[in-house]
Amino acid sequence: MQPGKGHLMIQFDAVHKRFPNGTTAVHDLSLEMPEGGVTVLVGSSGCGKTTTLRMINRMVDPTSGTIRVGGRDVLDQDAADLRRSIGYVIQQSGLFPHRTVLDNIATVPLLLGHGRRKARARAAELLETVGLTAESGKRYPHQLSGGQQQRVGVARALAADPPVLLMDEPFGAVDPVVRTQLQDELLRLQKELSKTIVFVTHDIDEAVRLGDQIAIFRTGGHLVQCATPSELLARPADDFVADFLGAERGLKLLSLTPLKDIPQAPAPEGGTWELALDAARRPLHWRTKNTGEPELPVRPLRDTDSLLAALNESIASPTGLVARVDADGALTGVTSRDEIHQHAGQAHAEARVAS
Amino acid sequence: MYELFKDLGDWLVSGEQWTGPDGIGHRLAEHLQYSLLATLVAAAIALPVGLLIGHTGKGAFLAINLASFGRALPTVGLVVLVFLASGLSMWPVYVALVALAVPSIVTNTYAGMTAVDPDVKDAARGQGMRWHQVLFQVELPLALPLIMTGLRLALIQVVATATIAAYVSFGGLGRYVFDGLAQRDLVQVLGGAVLVALVAVVLDLGLSGLQRVLFRHRPA
Repeated sequence: MQPGKGHLMIQFDAVHKRFPNGTTAVHDLSLEMPEGGVTVLVGSSGCGKTTTLRMINRMVDPTSGTIRVGGRDVLDQDAADLRRSIGYVIQQSGLFPHRTVLDNIATVPLLLGHGRRKARARAAELLETVGLTAESGKRYPHQLSGGQQQRVGVARALAADPPVLLMDEPFGAVDPVVRTQLQDELLRLQKELSKTIVFVTHDIDEAVRLGDQIAIFRTGGHLVQCATPSELLARPADDFVADFLGAERGLKLLSLTPLKDIPQAPAPEGGTWELALDAARRPLHWRTKNTGEPELPVRPLRDTDSLLAALNESIASPTGLVARVDADGALTGVTSRDEIHQHAGQAHAEARVAS
Repeated sequence: MYELFKDLGDWLVSGEQWTGPDGIGHRLAEHLQYSLLATLVAAAIALPVGLLIGHTGKGAFLAINLASFGRALPTVGLVVLVFLASGLSMWPVYVALVALAVPSIVTNTYAGMTAVDPDVKDAARGQGMRWHQVLFQVELPLALPLIMTGLRLALIQVVATATIAAYVSFGGLGRYVFDGLAQRDLVQVLGGAVLVALVAVVLDLGLSGLQRVLFRHRPA
């Protein structure tokens, strides 16, 4: 998930976009997007984030300034050819209702003249990549759920294996549970594929979850700040950014810090509360010596879980201790509420210094 | 009244009525020939116009108003007008029938094109389709159900109106209506009218059935 080989894939240089009706959608934008990284454009509606995205594949042409993709000025390229070389996913998926799911995914390979059989074979492969059954390929888009349609939209964008993926509020129209699933899937896919992704959203939590860097826009098409999520959360450039990040900005920062480096102590034995373990040393629940008191549930955390999850668990735990487990779920030790608090404060301080 | 229906029934089913150059079989074939040819010519004019204004969104106001104007023209008046200009030929009949069919096809084609979801058109462009690929691979197939409705309506109107061919001394099922009127033969007039109505209903049912089969995969 770290921005790739240090190359810049997309560069905006002093880009302006004024529409014929006189509104300025993008104002003097200079922005760089590293190869293999996820750049999230975020801001309230009418801030120019979608226009910015659409200028990359020439769905909109800039009034002035230069946009380069892979080092080449987009205006020097044929618009249709350029678009075929860039994946494009939109809200509501924009699938073709008269074509089967398989043929929808095969769109760009067919446009590139790859031949029907080869294009369909590639499409079938992608169905699996995005977590859909082979059987769903024969169906029509309206026969799928909103979340499944969005997966098809992603598969269609990936079909010609483009280095760049543009995603315009792709998960905006699905319910929160499905949205979280789709975000997880995208992160998993990105680990495998390392595309350069530009992602537009108005949901700051989504931005923090997905972004390697986040660009915050303000009405009138001004870029206010572009930074990594932890930099942004620790040091918002101004009140606008701070407001946009919300009152739980500190907690959001903790959600980005993994538990990995936080020390653990041996689990308590013989005290009032003890962890009940199964044969494989997996924690089952908290139990007490005092008769009559009920068992309390435990939610063991792995090294990859966040400091925020640990803070939450330490509040719920009867002892203030958080059970830590290895990848197989076996108990490795516990961490105390105090330890977690101390590291939470430290995480903030470090982020401030780093940026 | 009962007598009339009985005579009408006899007229419709009697064997000699169906054969020969004046027979129902021949007149029916003529009627269908006029109707199909007129609708085809109308489609050749109206489809490109409807697709073009639907795709570009330009000229819609003019085209739709011209179409309404065409719809308001009295057909018989048009036949007489062209008859005076061209003399005795099939021209007056075809001009009138085409003028009748064009408006439904233009307006339905345009309506079908504008009903295509803008997100879908945007996605088509965004995947790298050129304008003609967007038109023929996305817009046209999606507008097709409404376009076919327009063609069906036009054909039904034309079938019902093709009786006027007999008005300028040509064939078709209108022959029975006009001959019957001249001979004061009510059974023959009714017989012709019933046949025209039957043809129209059968075509309408057949074509809407075809539409249902063709577009069974479309969302409701």
